[in-house]
Amino acid sequence: MHILRLAGRRLAASIPTLILILVGVFLLLQLAPGDTVDAMMAQMGGGDARTAEDLRRFYGLDLSVTAQLGNYLWRLIRFDLGFSAIYGKPVAQVIAERLPATILLMTASLSFAFFFGIVFGVIAARGVNRWPDTLISTLGLIFYATPSFWFGLMAIVVFSIYLQWLPAGGLSDITQVKEGIWLVLDTARHLVLPTLTLGLIFLAIYLRIMRASMLEVLTLDFVRTARAKGLDETRVVVRHVLRNALLPMVTLIGLQAGTMLGGSVVVESVFSLPGLGRLAYESVVQRDLNTLLGIIFVSALLVIAVNFVVDLVYARLDPRIKTEG
Amino acid sequence: MAFVRAYFRSPPAVIGLFLLLCVIAMAVSAGWFFPRDPLALAGRPLVWPFANPRFPLGTDNSGRDIAAQIFYGARISLLIGGVATVIAVIIGIVIGAVSGYYGGWVDNVLMRITEAFQTLPNFLLLLVLVAVFGSNITTVIIAIGIVSWPAPARLTRAEFLSLRNREFVQAGRTLGLKDMKLIFGEILPNALPPVIVYASVVMAVSILLESALAFLRLSDPNVASWGNLIGLGRDVLRVQWYVSAIPGIAILVTVLAVSLVGQGLNDALNPRLKGR
Repeated sequence: MHILRLAGRRLAASIPTLILILVGVFLLLQLAPGDTVDAMMAQMGGGDARTAEDLRRFYGLDLSVTAQLGNYLWRLIRFDLGFSAIYGKPVAQVIAERLPATILLMTASLSFAFFFGIVFGVIAARGVNRWPDTLISTLGLIFYATPSFWFGLMAIVVFSIYLQWLPAGGLSDITQVKEGIWLVLDTARHLVLPTLTLGLIFLAIYLRIMRASMLEVLTLDFVRTARAKGLDETRVVVRHVLRNALLPMVTLIGLQAGTMLGGSVVVESVFSLPGLGRLAYESVVQRDLNTLLGIIFVSALLVIAVNFVVDLVYARLDPRIKTEG
Repeated sequence: MAFVRAYFRSPPAVIGLFLLLCVIAMAVSAGWFFPRDPLALAGRPLVWPFANPRFPLGTDNSGRDIAAQIFYGARISLLIGGVATVIAVIIGIVIGAVSGYYGGWVDNVLMRITEAFQTLPNFLLLLVLVAVFGSNITTVIIAIGIVSWPAPARLTRAEFLSLRNREFVQAGRTLGLKDMKLIFGEILPNALPPVIVYASVVMAVSILLESALAFLRLSDPNVASWGNLIGLGRDVLRVQWYVSAIPGIAILVTVLAVSLVGQGLNDALNPRLKGR
């Protein structure tokens, strides 16, 4: 229960942050050339000034900036994100349609990066400064320097165009209707390349941190004690070192949640996935500022939620946290 | 001197420095090898690399010389990496220093703002800034600087927290030094090395951010940027994949070089942490 209270307190502390972000971005968007009504008029193929005037009044855009901001925040409390003029639907609905693809992609990439980060990190730390370590560390550096969208494009060239093993884009095969397990398998097949593309840079970061963290923990006294007890090396690593070395990795997930969301903008564009990131890109190009602000809000919520979960996991992994605070 | 020797003892650091010097050489010699505008029409479109000695790396979809764009692109990437990093590090140092030195409510307010910037995915903020202020190269550089300062700020703050009550600072205070003099004249020089090392990370990320923005066609289309070329090459990916492949390798090499140099500086500055 104590953990929950602690994490709850952190959650409450993030409310001012959230408000700060919304107010900041709202005011920033006021500086944008053209508003929603301009975008709508452009969609309708132009119109007279009277219509624009009426529309502005209808959407409350004729009020002062502070009044608009107040209105916006008040509507947010009721989870009303406004109306997207481009999609002709409430913003909340547009985002809800796009959110699952992004969450699926992020979860898959995170699991991929986390799992292989641990595996490679452990292998590298076990053979420190020998060839497996050199190989893994070099690959890590190269992955870190690879622009994700370029890796995605090259993966499409190799796996979709030449080898024709995997689809080049989309979330499912639109030429046939599939159900149940076949739909799941089909979606998984479509997600292989995007997952690798988005996860690559995180894999590089995780394996590096895992290696450093393993090396750090391996020098601690309790490891020497475990060895002195006569435990074999595998048991020492798995039972004693791994659990402690995992702590910085878990912290990193929270820190990187935002970066990953940002990365999904590019990856979703490369693989034409119907996700939140691509929606963000489209709303910038189409000047759909209402949707853009909604995406900012939902992304910030998502990052805060991930950090909340990370707090809980962290407290489970490290019992010392309970006694603090 | 000991520092320089420590740096050159590590092979990856030397390789990194060599690669970085190559990229700088490309940027410097661009005008010399390719006196014509890199974005001007040069020949037939989509000539494969090595097919025509006039275009060693081939031409893109609209018949522009890829080699010329790679050389001029080095200028843009280094410019963006350099200037955006300076902006981010200066903002970060000022905010981190003030926050760490004064503590209390100043620290509270500044850290809340930093947290807000960190909660918001920085690529999304970059999109918002570009949407609002347009996408010429100056705006893009400033925008990248603005989204990248929180990490240097936190680092500077942490250094200041550990240094602000040291004896040399107390001595300075007893001597009646002004706050500004203490912050920037006494504490900052001691807090700087880790921040400078971290600047290499900021630089690597800045170059990647700009290339991603350019790939999405949201950066300045009127400069020869590697990201722009990758975005263009996407239209002919099916057959002429080299149009996208070549500039990608250029980005990879540059970012790798910057990271290796940063790593080398770090190891040379903290020999104790070497190999971590």
